[in-house]
Amino acid sequence: MNTPISRHLDGATLMSFAAGALAEPLAAAVSAHVSMCGECRDQVRDMALVGATLLGGALAPGGRVAAPVMPEAPVLAEAAASPRRARARALPAPIARRYGLAMEDIEWTRLGPGVWQHRLALSPGARGDLYLLKLAPGCRLPLHGHAGDELTVVLTGAFTDASGEYRVGDVQEADAGSEHQPMGDRNVGCICLVAAEGPYILKG
Amino acid sequence: MFRPSIDSSAAHRPREGSAWGWMPDLLSRIAADRGDGAFRRLFEEFGPQIRHYMIRHGADAATAEELAQETLLAVWRKAALYSPAKGTPATWMYSIARNLRIDRLRKEICWQELSDEVAEAAASEDAAPDDTASERQRQQRVHAVLAALPGEQREVVTAAFIDGLSQSEIAARLTLPLGTVKSRLRLAYQKVRAALEDLK
Repeated sequence: MNTPISRHLDGATLMSFAAGALAEPLAAAVSAHVSMCGECRDQVRDMALVGATLLGGALAPGGRVAAPVMPEAPVLAEAAASPRRARARALPAPIARRYGLAMEDIEWTRLGPGVWQHRLALSPGARGDLYLLKLAPGCRLPLHGHAGDELTVVLTGAFTDASGEYRVGDVQEADAGSEHQPMGDRNVGCICLVAAEGPYILKG
Repeated sequence: MFRPSIDSSAAHRPREGSAWGWMPDLLSRIAADRGDGAFRRLFEEFGPQIRHYMIRHGADAATAEELAQETLLAVWRKAALYSPAKGTPATWMYSIARNLRIDRLRKEICWQELSDEVAEAAASEDAAPDDTASERQRQQRVHAVLAALPGEQREVVTAAFIDGLSQSEIAARLTLPLGTVKSRLRLAYQKVRAALEDLK
């Protein structure tokens, strides 16, 4: 089950995520990948240090910030919550928590033969799209391009396209101008989390 | 709609000897003595920068003050939980401020977890002196990388981390192709990563 993750996030995407500067759906997909990938998690943490250093170096006009009344005492180290282990439910923890969703409860909408979607709500002002996508074994999405960046994180199974195979935990980054036609693994299909900054551009 | 301008990146050139350099010490002290002096020091040293950060994101003065106080109160409350394994305290403070900005000012879902919420959050450990030292080292390395960054890379990095601009917003603001913004961010990323490689 636990194949090593071989396809990680691009450095520019990690930087923007750590900066809190990614569009909301893309940030959701990054958080899903990061929850499955210790290596990228470490990188996000390291990159936040860039923000800390820049913030610390900023000239800050406008005076002081009053210290409020000191709270009684800082909360002492609580017994840390038991480490959240990856459970049988295959939804990444941040997604499961945010949407109160378990894999087996998802209500899928059929988009076409062997293709299902479940859209995830974004904040009112957010742009882009966030959804779960299920591909039956051997089924393909139509060839499509993108109006903006798109991130796809594999949650179960695997998919392939012209750039190779993507397995559980892997992330694929596509940008405006790129086209692809992912196909669900021939044996098990796949469920992915897809985040798009802009609409699909179908290629007929 | 408020649009922060990208100011001259010189304003965000890391200051040598700024308070953030000794932040691990300060936070360790807060965790240790929890005195009124340490509490006030925290607000004196870090309040103005966080307040300014919020103002750049469109907060009015009162909201910015409130968010700076909230950030620092969170730092104070959690100082006892602080463990070097979870990142440097400076990282932590930035992360709290960033998350409050996304939640309160941008009013969007915040997908960045604070380091103390990250999956395998272990029980808090006391910061061994050499852990604190290696944190200071990490900060110094990042400081050095940022100070040596070519202006065009620093400009893009500052636009992301301080102004919170997305890559396409940076491209529009600086009239650069998106690919150029991405490659400048990526170059800076590689330098930071290389500088920290041996401190894992």
